[in-house]
Amino acid sequence: MIPVIVVFIYLASVLYIGIFAFRRSTQRNQAEDYFLAGRSLGVVVFLLSLFGTNMTAFALLGSSGHAFGNGIVTYGLMASSSALIVPLSLFFIGTRMWALGKKYGFMTPVQMFRDRWECSHIGTVITIVQAVLLVPYIIIGVMGGGTTMNALSHGRIPFWVGGAIVAMVVMSYVFFGGMRGTAWVNAFQTILFLLFGAIALGVIGAGMGGFGKAVSELAASPATSALLTRERISPLYFFSYTFIPLSSICFPHIIIFCLTAERVQHFKKTVILYPLCMLAIWLPAVFLGVTANRAVDVPAIQAKLEARKTLATQSATLSPAQKTELRAKAAGDDILVRLLEHYAPLWLVGLLGAGIMAAVMASDSQILALSTMFTEDIFAFYEGKTRFGEAAQVRTGHIFVILITVIAYVIALRWPQSIFDLAVQFAFSGYAALIPLLVGALFWQRSTKWGALAVTLWAAAAVLAVAVFQSVVPAPAPGAETGWGSLFGQAIVSRTAAGTSVLGFLPVVPMVLGSTLLMIVVSLVTAKPSEQTIRRYF
Amino acid sequence: MKRWFLVLLVIVLYALHQDVWFWRSAQPIVWGFLPVGLFYHVCFTLAVSGLMWLLVKLAWPTQLEQVTPSIPEEETER
Repeated sequence: MIPVIVVFIYLASVLYIGIFAFRRSTQRNQAEDYFLAGRSLGVVVFLLSLFGTNMTAFALLGSSGHAFGNGIVTYGLMASSSALIVPLSLFFIGTRMWALGKKYGFMTPVQMFRDRWECSHIGTVITIVQAVLLVPYIIIGVMGGGTTMNALSHGRIPFWVGGAIVAMVVMSYVFFGGMRGTAWVNAFQTILFLLFGAIALGVIGAGMGGFGKAVSELAASPATSALLTRERISPLYFFSYTFIPLSSICFPHIIIFCLTAERVQHFKKTVILYPLCMLAIWLPAVFLGVTANRAVDVPAIQAKLEARKTLATQSATLSPAQKTELRAKAAGDDILVRLLEHYAPLWLVGLLGAGIMAAVMASDSQILALSTMFTEDIFAFYEGKTRFGEAAQVRTGHIFVILITVIAYVIALRWPQSIFDLAVQFAFSGYAALIPLLVGALFWQRSTKWGALAVTLWAAAAVLAVAVFQSVVPAPAPGAETGWGSLFGQAIVSRTAAGTSVLGFLPVVPMVLGSTLLMIVVSLVTAKPSEQTIRRYF
Repeated sequence: MKRWFLVLLVIVLYALHQDVWFWRSAQPIVWGFLPVGLFYHVCFTLAVSGLMWLLVKLAWPTQLEQVTPSIPEEETER
């Protein structure tokens, strides 16, 4: 029960931080204070919180699980590409968005779009698409909480109780603390991530008899030597992945968070240190995932390796149901937990539980972002603020926080997680395809509201098309693919075991290129905003 | 000139991310435990931090530091 106790101590700490932040605020009924912490966050909280907001359960668990199956490629695929693209987008887009927010009082990106492109209902369409793409994250967060509590207590805490506890804690500090509480909690969680990575690496490395030995053994075995290279993934797939981090700045909770800095100078340290934070968290997670392939003295890991071997050697004779069962057994999302359970003392397993909780509770900023979007882009825009006042707007935000959490919890209890895991995958590509909205609004005078509408509809339609395609066409066996059409000897569209590819690229590539083209072409053939508006921006 | 140098630097770093030259090789194992492909991307991450430092030093949008709130007319009247 020690891990569960450590997790409860963590949850209590998080609640305290949220309530402490609430008490510090003297302007509780002001929307800007509740939704943006009064644009007053200091540099340390801003950096740690922004980083924590960007990290999900995947950074800790999914990355080591992916590395367990695919090897060192995971780091280059997901960490070093984000380490480049995310700080660049913060530098070029985040700082400009901060300045516009400060100057014109914007609290959401759609407020800026409406002003910049002189539009109203097109802004509402953008809000709706952003919200639809964001909801699966919140549901996944609640599910992750329930699953983790259940696993750490060895089934003593049922999924529905664990999910309810996590949902209640998140809802409470978002409700009371608003952005200030959420930011402080995220900063605290980032410190926990950083500490956890370093401690886990040391303890497990010592337990395994040193990493040098594990890596030498991996390199010597023909079955595992490929894990130390990137030969399991194609260069086109690797290249495609550099488009995914474009989604980061387009996520409403990230771009809204950019508005919370007290001074634009806070971005300086943030963009320089962001890659180093990525390194500190992802390198241990990926490295441990890879070396876990030599942890054959851990029974649970040995079972995974055997399941993987059966899949590789007897795939032709297995039924689809057997394959599905074996894939589930071979999956590595719990690999870090298994390593720690075997090599680490119980208190550290508890700390891991808290770390996982911190990761799955990243849904806090998403709940707050949805609440901000609803109250600013819908309630205030359609005269709610004028008719009922600012205090009513903040109360509406509070009610929305409760509503969205309850809805997410109910859905989490009734629907299988796989659906939302898939939806989250699609959401990354969808948000990446929205990048021309920010780039067009901030850097291209000639961009128009019709271009923005075309980009938004394209992103929504493309996400839907990929989702329908993958649900209609069953996934082939790993390594195989079903292709349609041909161009330069390459299938135009393929269904692969991992998803979909277009001319060998991930769908995100044509999605981003298509939305960029649409922004350019549609903007050039439609009327631009008035000169007066353009002068205010350029 | 400085601007183009920085643009070129960003493009070069983006291109260096696609390191096909270490694709199928794990050797050498750096410091006895880091396969060269992983070591390369660790160095890449450090280089990105250096690039961001350069951008902050040489291309920081100082005009944004002077921004002050501009209150719309209707809010001033209210």
